Amino acid sequence: MHMADALLSPAVGTTFWAGSMGIIVYCAKKLKENIDERMIPLMGVLGAFIFAAQMINFTIPATGSSGHIGGGMILAALLGPYAAFIVIASVLTIQSLFFADGGILALGCNIWNMGVYPCFIAYPLIYRTMVKTGSGSRRILIASILSVIAGLQLGAFSVVLQTMLSGRSELPFSTFVYMMLPIHLAIGLVEGFITASVINFVKSMRPEIIESISLSRSLSQGVSIKKVFTGFLIMAALTGGVMSWFASSHPDGLEWSIEKIYGKPELPEQEHGIAPALKQVQDKTAFLPGYNFKQSDEASTKLKGGESWPAIGAGTSVSGIIGSIMVLGIILLLGAGIKILKTRRA
Amino acid sequence: MPNFDKEYFNIGYLDTLSYRQTFIHRINPGIKLVVTLVFILIVVSFSKYEIHRLMPYFAFPVFLISAGEIPTGVILKKIFIVSPFVLFAGMFNPMLDTTIVYTISGVPVSGGWVSYVSIIIKFILTISSALLLIATTSFPGICSALEKLRVPKVFVMQLLFIYRYLFVLAEEAMRIVRARNMRAFGKHGRDIKTFINIIGTFLIRSIERSERIYHAICSRGFDGRIRLLRDIKFKFTDIIFALLSVSVFIILRMYDIAELIGDAVLKF
Amino acid sequence: MSHHIIEFNNVHFTYPDGTDALKGLDFRITHGESVGIVGANGAGKSTLISHMNGYLLPAKGTITIGDLQLNKSTINHARKTVGVVFQNPDDQLFMPTVFDDVAFGPLNLGMTRERVIERVNEALTTVGCLNLKDKPPHHLSMGQKRAVTIAAVIAMQPDILVMDEPAASLDPKSRRQLINLLKEFRHTKIIASHDLDLIRDVCTRCLVISDGEVTADGRTDEILLNEPLLEENNLELPLSLQHK
Ligand SMILES: Nc1ncnc2c1ncn2[C@@H]1O[C@H](COP(=O)(O)OP(=O)(O)O)[C@@H](O)[C@H]1O
Ligand SMILES: [Mg+2]
Repeated sequence: MHMADALLSPAVGTTFWAGSMGIIVYCAKKLKENIDERMIPLMGVLGAFIFAAQMINFTIPATGSSGHIGGGMILAALLGPYAAFIVIASVLTIQSLFFADGGILALGCNIWNMGVYPCFIAYPLIYRTMVKTGSGSRRILIASILSVIAGLQLGAFSVVLQTMLSGRSELPFSTFVYMMLPIHLAIGLVEGFITASVINFVKSMRPEIIESISLSRSLSQGVSIKKVFTGFLIMAALTGGVMSWFASSHPDGLEWSIEKIYGKPELPEQEHGIAPALKQVQDKTAFLPGYNFKQSDEASTKLKGGESWPAIGAGTSVSGIIGSIMVLGIILLLGAGIKILKTRRA
Repeated sequence: MPNFDKEYFNIGYLDTLSYRQTFIHRINPGIKLVVTLVFILIVVSFSKYEIHRLMPYFAFPVFLISAGEIPTGVILKKIFIVSPFVLFAGMFNPMLDTTIVYTISGVPVSGGWVSYVSIIIKFILTISSALLLIATTSFPGICSALEKLRVPKVFVMQLLFIYRYLFVLAEEAMRIVRARNMRAFGKHGRDIKTFINIIGTFLIRSIERSERIYHAICSRGFDGRIRLLRDIKFKFTDIIFALLSVSVFIILRMYDIAELIGDAVLKF
Repeated sequence: MSHHIIEFNNVHFTYPDGTDALKGLDFRITHGESVGIVGANGAGKSTLISHMNGYLLPAKGTITIGDLQLNKSTINHARKTVGVVFQNPDDQLFMPTVFDDVAFGPLNLGMTRERVIERVNEALTTVGCLNLKDKPPHHLSMGQKRAVTIAAVIAMQPDILVMDEPAASLDPKSRRQLINLLKEFRHTKIIASHDLDLIRDVCTRCLVISDGEVTADGRTDEILLNEPLLEENNLELPLSLQHK
């Protein structure tokens, strides 16, 4: 569920970057004010643990395919929301660099989707209110499953929103939602079950570990719900602001339409070639409701009455293609040249 | 999918590459980080129907690969491994956006195909630049750059800690998996119950390790703060690199080089 | 220089889970001695070492380090006086590069950057690892890791050097290099190990610990020749003394 750079517009990417960075700064401040020294190595090792634990996979019951843990809620349950958020954010940062999961611009979205919802919504509102110090293992199980599912659903929905707001993918909103949410519901069930089982396992094997951790973190325990909501309001206002700016400066709403600069032709749909064929495929594959929601249709109808758009003649695009090939050729030649020079010198 | 896992988690190789000594590796980590960010932002700023304007930007990764002596195969493989989500999310473009934008020698090309290809190209450009950043810059270097950029200390320390123990714990995880596979015949041993025992034990061991680490750092005078001694200096070459690459990115954003070249060729 | 003594007086310790690890330890180590602490696995060596710089505080009894009795308020003094090299280098080397790790202690002591760099270079030269300065610990061999942990501790210039199983998981050559290095140090040394050959090479005095108690204390060459005593404590004659 990692968001990717290529699906983002700069505005959406940077907005979420700013949001996630802001929360990191806020958590860092919270932790600085009252952290037990023991937490520093503990957070570090648990971050590495999450990484390493993801290398161990298991067979998902009834499906036969294999999966691995996400681990966000285990962190929140053990470390509390602030420390857990910092750990999740740093794990994602390292993943974006070493594993190329998502990319650097999408990192802001990914931290938001996989950190904010579990740590600042699901944990305080569900897990924390259900599980108290003396809670039994069944309660922990229910709380874990509910909170993991809530966190994942919100995260998945957020991926859809970010993709839609960026307007790079044509994937219809409802199709996307219908695909993402059920998948993440299933993932959430398994993940929630594992989360609870691992917590219960540690609790039964080494109860004092859980106790001593909750002692060290007790200082930075509570999350003020008021602050959470204020944070969200600010973020919503920010996103809304950016989006409405786009909507007003670009006639087709959410799209970052540089077509204005570049030009998008208004050719009628042709009767031959790929397009009609695709249209057929499209009709045949209409297996999900909401399929017909189509941004580009709306956009083009809106545009019809508007300014006249420079059409692209065949000549322009041919020169573009020839140019592209030449540019790529030159780049690759230069690259190869540098490599050869380097090996000669070595 | 054992192969997927092996490739995905094979971060040791990238890490080893990052300690090489080439002109690219020696460039100030902060400069490289900022230049990479600018690159990514400019690349994603192109609209979804622009393909040929993205082409000149391949110069950046190709330059880093050749001058940084990075094996091309490693980068390509990594890109391929993480591609499914993007391929999926863009897959519907050709089906849903059928407006014809190009007609190349009679063959109509729909906007959906153009935007799909554009997503894929952007994907390759952004992901390769992130991978190349890490392949040409040691991770501790990136972290000190982050600290200089005033990213909170707790977060930077966290990154360093994870980086340090990633390799230690990854080895431990490998040992656990190997032991499980040796004792488990066929499918058994990968069931959820065994998995939970393994993860639980691993978690306990990790927590114990953190206690031993705490013990060790206390005995060296740890007082809740971790101090790093760094002096990052800007060299003349760093500034040249930054100015040159950023201005090239911007020029390419303003002028359609590919089309100019294509026009010239056609006239010729 | 004050007299670098460590004195344990009837020290008891019980872990939270109820394990009685130390049951009335009594001994005194004075300036310039090199003392081996030997005993089978689980005898209490590591627990004892954790008491030397105040990571664990005795449940009963007293510990004196230098002139001061060890308690919460004198822990910092103890940590400056006693440098501890722990059993697993991966637990000790926690910084991203060798340089950062060795500099960690001196920086905590509040030294200026020039002094810190000087100290780091000195310490790394002593253990022969100056060339590894910019490497991350996961690129080091076990022997190199061990050497760097020792550098990290001597960079703080402690009066007393304490080591827990320093030869564990070292190959023969690195082990030999380590022994030669330890012989050169003129610190007061305390080495816990069940590697009796190493103790025989490096230490002149030897404490035998069994089940949380000191069962013998004397000259190394006498104790390590005393086969019945060793057997009683689940230890074997040093290899170098077998088949003679
Ligand atoms: N953290 C701990 N919690 C509970 N018991 C422990 C702990 N560490 C050690 N012990 C127990 O204390 C005893 C002494 O252990 P230790 O000092 O590690 O021995 P040695 O280092 O000589 O092998 C052993 O019985 C061991 O099981
Ligand atoms: Mg021990």
